[in-house]
Amino acid sequence: MSVVELDRIASEYNNKIEGFQKIIHICTGTGCVSSGALKVFNRLRDAIDSEGLTEKVLVKKTGCHGLCERGPIVVFGNDEILYQTVGKRNVEDDVKLLIATIKDDQIAEKLLYRGDDKTKRYVSTHDIPFYSGQTRLVLALNGIIDPEIIEDYIVHGGYRALVKALSMHRDEIIEWIDKSGLRGKGGGGFPTGVKWRSCKTAEGSPRYVLANGDEGDPGAFMDRSLMEGNPHAILEGMIIGAYAIGSNQGYIYVRDEYPLAVERLSKAIGQAREYGFLGNDIFHSGFDFDIEIFRGGGAFVCGESTALMTSIEGQAGEPRAKYIHTVEKGLREKPTNLNNVETWASVPEIINKGWEWFSSIGTELSKGTKVFSLVGKVNNTGLVEVPMGMTLKEIIFGLGGGIQGGKKFKAVQTGGPSGGCIPEEYLEMPVDFDSLTKLGSMMGSGGMIVMDERSCMVDVARYFLKFLVEESCGKCTPCREGVRRMYEIVDRICSGNGGEGDIEHLEELARAIGLGSLCGLGQSAPNPVLSTLKFFKEEYRIHIEEKKCPAGVCKSLITLHINPEKCTGCMRCASECPVGCITGEKKQVHTIDQTTCIKCGNCYDVCHFDAVTIE
Amino acid sequence: MEVDTGKLNSIVQKYNGDKSYILAIFQDIQRIYRFLPKEAIKYTCEQLDIPFSKGYEVATFYKTLSLKPRGKHTIHVCLGTACHLRGGPNVADTFERELQVKIGDTTGDDNFTLETVNCLGACALAPLVRVDEQDFGKTTPGGVKSIINEFRNGE
Amino acid sequence: MVEFKINGKQVKAEKGETVLAVAIREGFAIPTLCHHDVLGADGRCRLCVVEVRRGNRKRIVTSCLYPVENSIDVFTESDDVKLVRMTVLELLLARCPFSEVIQYLAKQYGVNTVRYTKDNDKGKCILCNTCVKTCETLVGVAALGMTGKGPLKKVSTPFDEPSDVCIGCGACVVACPTGHIYMEDRDGFRTIWRKKFELARCPACGRYHAPVEQLEFISKKSGVAIDELRICQNCK
Repeated sequence: MSVVELDRIASEYNNKIEGFQKIIHICTGTGCVSSGALKVFNRLRDAIDSEGLTEKVLVKKTGCHGLCERGPIVVFGNDEILYQTVGKRNVEDDVKLLIATIKDDQIAEKLLYRGDDKTKRYVSTHDIPFYSGQTRLVLALNGIIDPEIIEDYIVHGGYRALVKALSMHRDEIIEWIDKSGLRGKGGGGFPTGVKWRSCKTAEGSPRYVLANGDEGDPGAFMDRSLMEGNPHAILEGMIIGAYAIGSNQGYIYVRDEYPLAVERLSKAIGQAREYGFLGNDIFHSGFDFDIEIFRGGGAFVCGESTALMTSIEGQAGEPRAKYIHTVEKGLREKPTNLNNVETWASVPEIINKGWEWFSSIGTELSKGTKVFSLVGKVNNTGLVEVPMGMTLKEIIFGLGGGIQGGKKFKAVQTGGPSGGCIPEEYLEMPVDFDSLTKLGSMMGSGGMIVMDERSCMVDVARYFLKFLVEESCGKCTPCREGVRRMYEIVDRICSGNGGEGDIEHLEELARAIGLGSLCGLGQSAPNPVLSTLKFFKEEYRIHIEEKKCPAGVCKSLITLHINPEKCTGCMRCASECPVGCITGEKKQVHTIDQTTCIKCGNCYDVCHFDAVTIE
Repeated sequence: MEVDTGKLNSIVQKYNGDKSYILAIFQDIQRIYRFLPKEAIKYTCEQLDIPFSKGYEVATFYKTLSLKPRGKHTIHVCLGTACHLRGGPNVADTFERELQVKIGDTTGDDNFTLETVNCLGACALAPLVRVDEQDFGKTTPGGVKSIINEFRNGE
Repeated sequence: MVEFKINGKQVKAEKGETVLAVAIREGFAIPTLCHHDVLGADGRCRLCVVEVRRGNRKRIVTSCLYPVENSIDVFTESDDVKLVRMTVLELLLARCPFSEVIQYLAKQYGVNTVRYTKDNDKGKCILCNTCVKTCETLVGVAALGMTGKGPLKKVSTPFDEPSDVCIGCGACVVACPTGHIYMEDRDGFRTIWRKKFELARCPACGRYHAPVEQLEFISKKSGVAIDELRICQNCK
């Protein structure tokens, strides 16, 4: 295999699609599929058939395009037209609009993206702030290529980095990765080049390269979108890394909750083997390498490097002490290099464009870009990729379009259960590996969960503790016993039974658990509590001393009332009340029976007149 | 219960009888029975030449594996961070009320098993509910009934 | 040869030794629970933590696993060590309020109150894994394993049922550091892990001395005839 051959594969594929006058991309990421994208795809294909346009119009399924909130997303050509919420209300009507666009270039106003002010309409992706503020390197081909067709990846420059790398000296490849400044994007931020070099020089064989696709942080789906949308970029990065390190066997560990990622990666591996990108004597270089997929079993702790390796060995995924690094003794006690899938996917472009190019993006110590999942109470939820160093404000208010329903921003949670909550006064903070750590949070794998005034920070701390109690492997005492006791204390505070000394006790426990736990899960488990205590202590105080929940979340501390001034007697709340505790005649003021109310808040959510209040 | 040793053998063979694939083997067995029968664990351990206690350790560690029989349909209510903030717990409570089961249990007619999951990775469409392999985004307590009805009629 | 300091005292050790082994040899007291000289260390209980300083960097590590290194400073009684140690003991005491071993250690290291609701469902088990490893590596049976994960984790036979492979030898009872595992010999029978074993009676003195299944197991392994094994140690 050489560049010439890659060109031949690309031109053959180009010949196939050359005849098409229009190419339409339908996002089939998880989000859009759950919004009905497959229905749109099938109906559109039928309609194109019956219009006799099959030879002229190509409809492609792609991976996640990013703007999940407005799915299903349909994109024409090279992002010239972006249609959103296609088929959400009526598939037949919307397919007719798509056909009109195909045949007569008629823009369907109804399907265009509108900004927050609901007046300005955007036609092209390039003009929408959510997209124009991004720098897409890792996600460059997401939403453009069909992840199940390897030739589509090759046409867009795929596997050229591998050809180039195989002609380079192994040490030179590692030096490039080193100089590029690439750091581990699973959250650790460890310099990738340093890791590769340590593994290459470690004694013992065989050596293993692993990809961590066990994205367990709640609120994060970057790795999932990458594995589903562009699996070959991960494979290509791994093959290059394996060549540089001197490994013949790789594994990708994927969460069991991601069946589509497993399917797409399996297909990609099969196709790569057929072309000889994987297997024996790759491109007659004398280098053998193959990759296997390992499905996880729904255990968050298996995202921790040593637990992941224990799991691949066929045991319960308990972590091991890391006093001897896994690059020296990892999987099966052999030198093992583990990187997150997003880190692997960053490698091909560094080889293609050079380390200087990569290190020109980002900040002094955090190079390149980072993919974030922007979720929670923000207008444009979805997937964004931005240069390191962009501020939280630019991401949340610029790309994300601010807070839903015009409510007030309260905090943004980053770094998953190991991270923390960052309040408004730090919104100007640049997002990189080191800045957020200073705030007691961390960039983490890239989950960014936005919270508004209706989010209770004590409840958020309680939520993460509950998560960690469930996900602790139970091996070591501080984490297994300590986190459960922290949960008991915070749960008591949320129930209105908090008392004097609770906060000090939490801080003491947090410190001991952080110092004394065996693995990263336990060591960072106290972070959500510590960071909410640091920035939102007042909220804790109100829960403990005044027995109130200012955000109106903690059920034991709130009551719901109907304001007679505002109630129109529309009966909507009564019909939505699951326990039938709301009474009132039509067009008469309704009332809530406090003795039977379960405080689910349905009435508050459905009232159009702001008549329901939470105290 | 009786297990089909022929089927179990072919699953074990698929992984060349390699004991490091025990988790994958268990997952494949669970696809057949909708849960992991005791006899299947025991038989698999014999085939892989590992102690029954080690197989049981794996079977009880991973949340994906269920030692209790599951209903025809499994409903997973996601309680990831974004889902939690956008009302996931309320959706889970509504499922409990509508199906009259607790989280982790199966309805009397064997139709539904109700589970929660700590994140399904479709956070942009919170709160998310997954029934078998189908995802429902932006669910509300009001929409719970129609999700149940979609699967109730023997579909 | 590796040279480093423990609480200011210069010590020497062989490469590959653990800090715990060297500290004990040099006369420093470090409490342990899950560590076992024969079965090795897992770093589960975290009671043996020490502080390791190298330049400005300091970290808390389990001495049972930490390999000795040149020029490190080890401290066995720093503030952070005491905090972790006391927290571990208080947590274990809340888990196993009736364990005499934990009560004794707690008293020794100054844990006088337990600020948590005490558990009543975990017996004296601190999940140290010693019994599991004993059964697997010393006895060669592997009847026991860890079940579940997190706070629900426990030691048991598969499905909490009488194990097909358990031979009733009681090695786990002897190995358990807290006295959690219970075994009863009565009327010619031994009950352990919900399984009832017939005890062999010595043909010479008439004493019940070991489960028949255990003698059969030994006979199979060693080739010694079962009739010979039925004679108890005193009458041999």
